[in-house]
Amino acid sequence: MAVETDPNPAFSAFAHPERLVSTEWLAEHLGEPGLVVVESDEDVLLYETGHIEGAVKIDWHTDLNDPVLRDYLDGAGFAKLLGGKGISRDDTVVIYGDKNNWWAAYALWVFTLFGHEDVRLLDGGRAKWEAEGRAYTTEVPVREVVDYPVVERDDTAVRAFKEDVLAHLGNPLIDVRSPEEYVGDRTTAPAYPEEGTLRAGHIPSAQNVPWAKAVAEDGSFKTKDELDAIYREGAGLNDGDSVIAYCRIGERSSHTWFVLTHLLGFEGVRNYDGSWTEWGSAVRVPIVKGAEPGAVPAR
Amino acid sequence: MHAVAGGDGVSGELPAKLAEIRDDFLALSQQDRLQLLLEFSHELPELPERFADHPDLLERVEECQSPVYIFVEIDDDGIVHLHATAPREAPTTRGFASILVQGLAGLTVAEVLAVPSDYPLTIGLTEAVSPLRIRGMSGLLGRTQRQVREKTAA
Repeated sequence: MAVETDPNPAFSAFAHPERLVSTEWLAEHLGEPGLVVVESDEDVLLYETGHIEGAVKIDWHTDLNDPVLRDYLDGAGFAKLLGGKGISRDDTVVIYGDKNNWWAAYALWVFTLFGHEDVRLLDGGRAKWEAEGRAYTTEVPVREVVDYPVVERDDTAVRAFKEDVLAHLGNPLIDVRSPEEYVGDRTTAPAYPEEGTLRAGHIPSAQNVPWAKAVAEDGSFKTKDELDAIYREGAGLNDGDSVIAYCRIGERSSHTWFVLTHLLGFEGVRNYDGSWTEWGSAVRVPIVKGAEPGAVPAR
Repeated sequence: MHAVAGGDGVSGELPAKLAEIRDDFLALSQQDRLQLLLEFSHELPELPERFADHPDLLERVEECQSPVYIFVEIDDDGIVHLHATAPREAPTTRGFASILVQGLAGLTVAEVLAVPSDYPLTIGLTEAVSPLRIRGMSGLLGRTQRQVREKTAA
């Protein structure tokens, strides 16, 4: 059973206010039947140091990624993961985490690939919860294993592959990495171990809007007007645009995907999870260096 | 995958403390390995006072997603002292640093340089923590060994 949405007036201007809950709302609704709280962090041990009471942990790397293929888990794997965590298909899931909900948004996007209907973010994540002096526990909840149906992942609606991006050129792209990554500067000194890609720069015509621009100082999302100024006026997005967002491996761009889709109401926004670690090493894909977006290459 | 700046390929026995840490991890289940790593993260010593005025001495470990800084000192007896700092919100990184601080304690320059660069891959954490994250520990070890080389090159 879905839990009622947060009527917080701060969310009412957003396209889909039901996708956010405030810290106050969550504190009041903890333990309510049909509500499962999920913590998803960059740091795999942060949950163990203390988490919101009753929250279960889902790790982006060890839980959501396939250990062999560079891909997400499949329908059977997702069913096993969620069933094992005691999450039912019709549960309301509220996800929160560290780093301005960076990884929480990534987990939410993966839940979306499997069509889990009611999945929300805790506005402000761990940072806001902590700043307000709210409680953590180290007690890991024991939730009864449930039957979660096997639903095949839908990679067409919110996910883009390299070939999709090539076909998309000429439509808006948002590069959510840091300006240094976008421009193609190397900040890592020679002779240091270097993970990553063979080429630096960005996909031609992509606008650079670092993901954290969408976040206010307290870790919550900026207002609708502020976000419109960043993405519509700043990056030139218009209603009806087809948009693809990317970063290095698709996690920061999940955050921007959430903003564009659920807060600003753009339809059909896709996240290119291959992102720069694929594009920057792929053979003969077009790349632009420097601060300018660059022209769309001729087909 | 080997860190470029890793060991010199000198073969030999793994120092006793590093071997003990590895064996402790390998004896545990995956979930308990995380708990042990958490215990290590609690044990990372504070930086000595003298670094408070000299943040410039600290080297950022870029391979870690979280800000972690290290500084290596070599005393008159040729013993290596590794200092590391990482924020409380980054327990995994603190755990990696703590393993190396404890594992390298009391070792000589030659012994530190002889630690194989793939040590982080051998302690049974690649599954519990993920290979990508383990890379941060390889970066820590590689930079420690590089600093030792630089400081003994003169």
